[in-house]
Amino acid sequence: MSEIIIQIDGRDVAAREGMTILEAAQTAGITIPTLCHHEKLEPYGACRICTVEIENRGRTRLVAACLYPVEKDLVVRTRSEKVDRIRKVILELLLAHAPEATELQVLAKEYGADKDRFEKESSFCILCGLCVRYCAEVKKKHAVGFVDRGTGREISFIPEIASRECWNCKECFPLCPTEALQAAYVLTEALISSSPSFKLEAEE
Amino acid sequence: MARISSVAELEELRKDILSKREPGKPWIAFCGGIGCLCLGNDRVISAFAEEIRKQSLEAKVGLRMTGCHGFCEKGPSVVIYPEEVCYLEVTPEDVPEIIAQTVVGKKVIDRLVYTDPKTGEKAAHLFEIPFYRNQTRFLIGNNPRINPRSIDDYLAAGGYSALAKALFEMSPEQVLAEIKKANLRGRGGGGFPAGLKWETARNAPGEEKYVIVNAHEGEPGAFMDRALFTGNPHCVLEGLIIGAYAIGAHQGFIYTRHDNPQLRENIDIALAQAKEYGLLGENILGSGFNFNVEVHLDIGIFVSGESSALMRSIEGKAPEPRPKYIRTSVSGIWEKPSNLNNVETWANVPMIINKGSAWYAGIGTERSKGTKLISLSGKVCNTGVVEVPLGTPLKEIVYGIGGGIPNGKKLKAVHFGGPMGGSLPESLIDTPLDFDALAKLGAPMGAGAMLVIDEDTCMVDLARHFLEFLAGESCGKCVPCREGIRQMLKILTRITKGKGKEGDLELLEELAGVTREAALCALGRSAPNPFLSTLKYFRDEYEAHIKEKRCPALSCKELSASGGAKKNE
Ligand SMILES: Cc1cc2nc3c(=O)[nH]c(=O)nc-3n(C[C@H](O)[C@H](O)[C@H](O)COP(=O)(O)O)c2cc1C
Ligand code: SF4
Repeated sequence: MSEIIIQIDGRDVAAREGMTILEAAQTAGITIPTLCHHEKLEPYGACRICTVEIENRGRTRLVAACLYPVEKDLVVRTRSEKVDRIRKVILELLLAHAPEATELQVLAKEYGADKDRFEKESSFCILCGLCVRYCAEVKKKHAVGFVDRGTGREISFIPEIASRECWNCKECFPLCPTEALQAAYVLTEALISSSPSFKLEAEE
Repeated sequence: MARISSVAELEELRKDILSKREPGKPWIAFCGGIGCLCLGNDRVISAFAEEIRKQSLEAKVGLRMTGCHGFCEKGPSVVIYPEEVCYLEVTPEDVPEIIAQTVVGKKVIDRLVYTDPKTGEKAAHLFEIPFYRNQTRFLIGNNPRINPRSIDDYLAAGGYSALAKALFEMSPEQVLAEIKKANLRGRGGGGFPAGLKWETARNAPGEEKYVIVNAHEGEPGAFMDRALFTGNPHCVLEGLIIGAYAIGAHQGFIYTRHDNPQLRENIDIALAQAKEYGLLGENILGSGFNFNVEVHLDIGIFVSGESSALMRSIEGKAPEPRPKYIRTSVSGIWEKPSNLNNVETWANVPMIINKGSAWYAGIGTERSKGTKLISLSGKVCNTGVVEVPLGTPLKEIVYGIGGGIPNGKKLKAVHFGGPMGGSLPESLIDTPLDFDALAKLGAPMGAGAMLVIDEDTCMVDLARHFLEFLAGESCGKCVPCREGIRQMLKILTRITKGKGKEGDLELLEELAGVTREAALCALGRSAPNPFLSTLKYFRDEYEAHIKEKRCPALSCKELSASGGAKKNE
């Protein structure tokens, strides 16, 4: 694998071919915020908080650092007016779901995001997909998945798999960035609604 | 029928088909387009069959169910050949008279021909009706003449001669060079040069490569791909085989609608017939070139028409887009080089090979060549499938072909490209139909859905409507698109209900900016287009809603005309 020198925030950084901007930055100790990234999982590119500005072949573009492969002569700016504004709005949009999440609050402070800018949403889940992907990619169980699409997208456990696998695992619980233990909540919901005895009690 | 294994055999077959056709024999073409069928053309067809049987004319008169003729507004449409007399809004009751008067008696029935609503002038022949006369129908023009389920009809019209020319007179490089010189641009929305994409796929490392037809046509208000593909499937297929030859692909995919059985059947029949004739499969026409095609049905969600989502769907996964930092033409289906083009893009290919890139590049504007199919709908007299040379002024489409605005109303705007497109005001109606001119004005052409808007339509509500559509048709994976659309839709809904407030427009603009710049795929990045274009050209309407609680178009039900929200009505 050949070495590629790229520039991040004015510093020359040595990277290996095939690395993403995020990985290259991490090796150089440069922080780029992420919410849906996890080193054990395939890059996902959903939260877009890792958006950075790049310059190559004379063009300036905004790309997701967790996915963009490094290339020769790449110039990366991890902060700029545009990047900061995007991160601020993304945080505000997510804080409408999970206003109490520490991870979001810390970033909100850094980017001046107002947690009350948008009306609060009923679901705490920010759909980072960490639980879904961990279960699929690491545990290979597929007990939790996404249902529906667009603004109706949700996570949901498949009761048949969950009742068999989840109680002894629960490894996805601590991954949740909202600290509202989305997975725990949705799992319980799935198991209750699939079990007739629970249902009866719940309805009574 | 035996396989054809040389060009000579192909030409012999073509001669044979033509020799069996009597040039003077009357035959009747029924539009089998969805519009006409919904309007009862199936009953008209049965009536014709019955009447012909009654009068024992079976040997003397041919009947042919064809693809969409295009003039959907005035269906059911029936064309009587060889004179090409065109009858519109035909009912089963008209049938005995048509047979007696026109088919046998060679007389035109005045009552059934097109009458210009303004001048009262009649047009008896298809080529005289302004809706058709003012078009240039290179792609869709064969629709009224051929039965899509008969490869012989396509061969009789000269079909597969371009394939023969490409395979035997040209190298793959020469085919590629022709497409590049013709400057054929993608018709599915992006306007990306097809030749460059083909070249990337051709040069990408790897033995196995794919070519794909995007027949998803998810854009609301778009129905031209369906009309073309259902009505003339072999034309698209011929283009695909030629493309495969140029790129070096031996496997093709057709990604098409799960909810259109007629289209699916016509494609299946076309593939089977082409295979039987040796135009598909191993050693095509004896050239040594092998190519097969598989059909995949789409997932009924708008985003599955996006290239990377479509390819994941073909792999059997959920249709979620992936970032295209590496192009699909380099790494697509199963990470193999995969060249995707729209139905109409492929359909242009045989014509370019037959007539040459110089001829093709002579049509259109400097950077937009050839013709473009348009699905014309909305507040326009003549709804239908329209084909015009690129560069045609929008005015000509709305008035010359579309017949203007019905009910004496005024034209307010035209909207291109559905939920990812934009609106242009009446003052820009002289703009040419051109990829770059329209994009520059904020109304990218998209796949070609052209919605005509009159004074009764509220532009704020139009923008809201498109966002509402996307809220349910995006995949929901990335934050700027999912949450940005959610919030923009909330604000726009509030404004149309008379609850808009100071600062809403600035907030919408900020959300639009972030969604546009940070979303993962083109759906999210284009989602703000309808809002941004309507704000650009109709800002006063937004302000009337917010400041005066008034809907100038009198369309938002919860707002009154004079201002102020209506009270509990
Ligand atoms: C959300 C979305 C939906 C799309 N839907 C279609 C479609 O239905 N048909 C189509 O041909 N292209 C569609 N496209 C464009 C395709 O991604 C792709 O650019 C096109 O099929 C390439 O063919 P072309 O270059 O011949 O236009 C869509 C794009 C997006 C972002
Ligand atoms: S932009 Fe929208 S449709 Fe595209 S990946 Fe993101 S959520 Fe899905």
